Amino acid sequence: MSSEIPEESRSSERGGTTREQSDARSQFEPPEHDNDHFILTTVVGSYPKPKWVDRARDLYDDPDADFDEKALEEAQNDASRLITSEHERAGLDVVVDGEMRRNEMVEYFAHRIDGYEFNGPVKVWGHNYFDKPSVVSEVEYDETWLVDEYEFTSEVAERPVKVPITGPYTLASWSFNEAYDDEESLAYDLADLVNEEIEKLVDAGARYIQIDEPALATTPDDHAIVGGCLERIADGIPDDVYLGLHVCYGDYSRIYPEILEFPVDEFDLELANGDYDQLDVFRDPEFTANLALGVTDAHDATVESVEEIKANIEKGLEIVPPDQLTVSPDCGLKLLPREVAYEKMANMVQAAREIEAELDSGELEVRRTPVSADD
Amino acid sequence: MENIKAQHTIRSGTMTERIATTPGVFPLPDWAKDDLSDVKGHQKDDLITGDEGPELAAIYDDARAEVVEGQQDAGLDRIVEGQLRWDDMLAHPLTVHDSVETGGIVRYYDNNNFYRDPIVVDELTFDGDVASELEAASELTDDVQAVLPGPYSLADLATDEYYGDNEEFLAGVADFLAGEVAAFPDVETLFLLEPSLVTNAPGDETDARASEAIDVVAEATDAEVVVHTYWGSLDEKVHAHLLDADVDAVGYDLVTDHEGSLYNVNEYGTKDSVALGLVDGQNTLVESSETIAERVEWFEENTPVNEFDTAYLTSNTELFYLPYNKFEAKLAALAEAAQVQEVRA
Repeated sequence: MSSEIPEESRSSERGGTTREQSDARSQFEPPEHDNDHFILTTVVGSYPKPKWVDRARDLYDDPDADFDEKALEEAQNDASRLITSEHERAGLDVVVDGEMRRNEMVEYFAHRIDGYEFNGPVKVWGHNYFDKPSVVSEVEYDETWLVDEYEFTSEVAERPVKVPITGPYTLASWSFNEAYDDEESLAYDLADLVNEEIEKLVDAGARYIQIDEPALATTPDDHAIVGGCLERIADGIPDDVYLGLHVCYGDYSRIYPEILEFPVDEFDLELANGDYDQLDVFRDPEFTANLALGVTDAHDATVESVEEIKANIEKGLEIVPPDQLTVSPDCGLKLLPREVAYEKMANMVQAAREIEAELDSGELEVRRTPVSADD
Repeated sequence: MENIKAQHTIRSGTMTERIATTPGVFPLPDWAKDDLSDVKGHQKDDLITGDEGPELAAIYDDARAEVVEGQQDAGLDRIVEGQLRWDDMLAHPLTVHDSVETGGIVRYYDNNNFYRDPIVVDELTFDGDVASELEAASELTDDVQAVLPGPYSLADLATDEYYGDNEEFLAGVADFLAGEVAAFPDVETLFLLEPSLVTNAPGDETDARASEAIDVVAEATDAEVVVHTYWGSLDEKVHAHLLDADVDAVGYDLVTDHEGSLYNVNEYGTKDSVALGLVDGQNTLVESSETIAERVEWFEENTPVNEFDTAYLTSNTELFYLPYNKFEAKLAALAEAAQVQEVRA
């Protein structure tokens, strides 16, 4: 009996290598840092856009309005400068421009990659849509994706700048696949493109790159594919470049400890949202990488107090020592009111500095507890 | 091609009737996406409640007319209402119900789509929401096909805080759906979508009850009843129990798992009619009518019965996952595939 059902025609696949864990995080400690201990403070990436940026985008999209690409770029430059300095004012050690030039985390990249096509909006839920793109031929690198964004931001920033990039697995999963035999081969080809972009970012001076893979949370059984993607991404990237992986809103027990094998320096995890109910997952086996711990909820408009955030940071110290701990909000802050987003960052930085001082004075002792001792 | 022609000539005396249709839950036309998001908003409190006012109703009426006409123009044999109001996809009949509160936004199967969790807090009495949609569709066409979630899937999508145990809840959902079906205008076909039978297969005893629950709903109509399954093939036992249900056809997802589907049919047989999920409802790659027709032939050639009263040619899943232009192209391909077959015979 023939088991082959007739197929529409599709296309191809490739290989990669590994990268040693590096200790690149010390470069992000500001020279003026007061405490002996250093807990790195940063954000995941996105930030609420000022209304006038959305307005500028609408005008740009409106064929009747006299608003060209240069005018849009000017508005985005202003927004990028504004949010970068807002991050610095909050006291973050590593800043982002809040992704002011990006409309959406898949669309933005798909528009810059050859092989993608857009057919129109599809539903996510209710009346929330996104222009889910289709991969219609082998994906190829065309123009740079983020080099301009990085160069502008690092020019206006006084602190080091982190570059978040949507990961290849998410770019593949959240697209229609018309061209590849399976999602895995598409993800690997996209990983090669991400690698090429990171090389360009590194040439431009970037030293902190975060790969965002939210799709891993929805299909955790694919962690080996994400690992394969990261091998390709990290291939040839120098050791002084700090690579992070952000995964949010999923069941971490299904990807831990396997993710420890991934060639990245840091895992950025959302844990405040579930009130650290998944913390135990990371006690055994020992968390050997750096942990970027979510210490404020990105989808709750209540601003956590400094005391609350300090308690959350202490949760992180149960998993890793201070020199392996980064703190950030759970996820991108873009859906919050801007003043709320700001206060969450400012309180987070203050909480981190107070914890550092308490560690310096011995008032706070780090005791990493095994899983059995935790109630 | 020569072989295919020859085979169909031999068979033409008692040939399978091919009916091009879909499992419903369509995407909104793009203009309606814009108009409705302006009128309704983007938060979970802004979704359909079942008592929307005239401004909203008018937009949905226009959108319904457009998708009905689109199906007629494409040449489909069965016309669905489109379920454009179903903000919560297959959970809709519960999320608009008075005995149901809507909770948080939860994931819709293994997709990047979400719906409001329907929390059943009181008895599921007669509602009539779906019947009124079908009344409206009946004014536009004679070939109406109704689409509902099957009782097992609808119960699986919901949270019960009233019936107390799974058995009672499933029976309550089945009675509710039977009441809704009894109020339908005359329809040609009723598709009951049961993806949960695949994705969250019922265990021992529940598998038999899932089929009994389908019986309860099927008995409420004189229309042909098709139980359509997708996102894989059924567990063998679940398939065997499903064949005990008094329905006219079982639907198989040949896109996701053609071998498993074929195995089930060859090992356990199937009903006198079948529905074949031939077109991918979740990918923009548009299958040609030739490819679709060849898939039907592949299925027939590989089953010993190789002749059915009716073969419903359909997409494997609902179609709201697609952008509108690709959705339209898939409808046309399905309709054309059914015609290709007829010409060949």
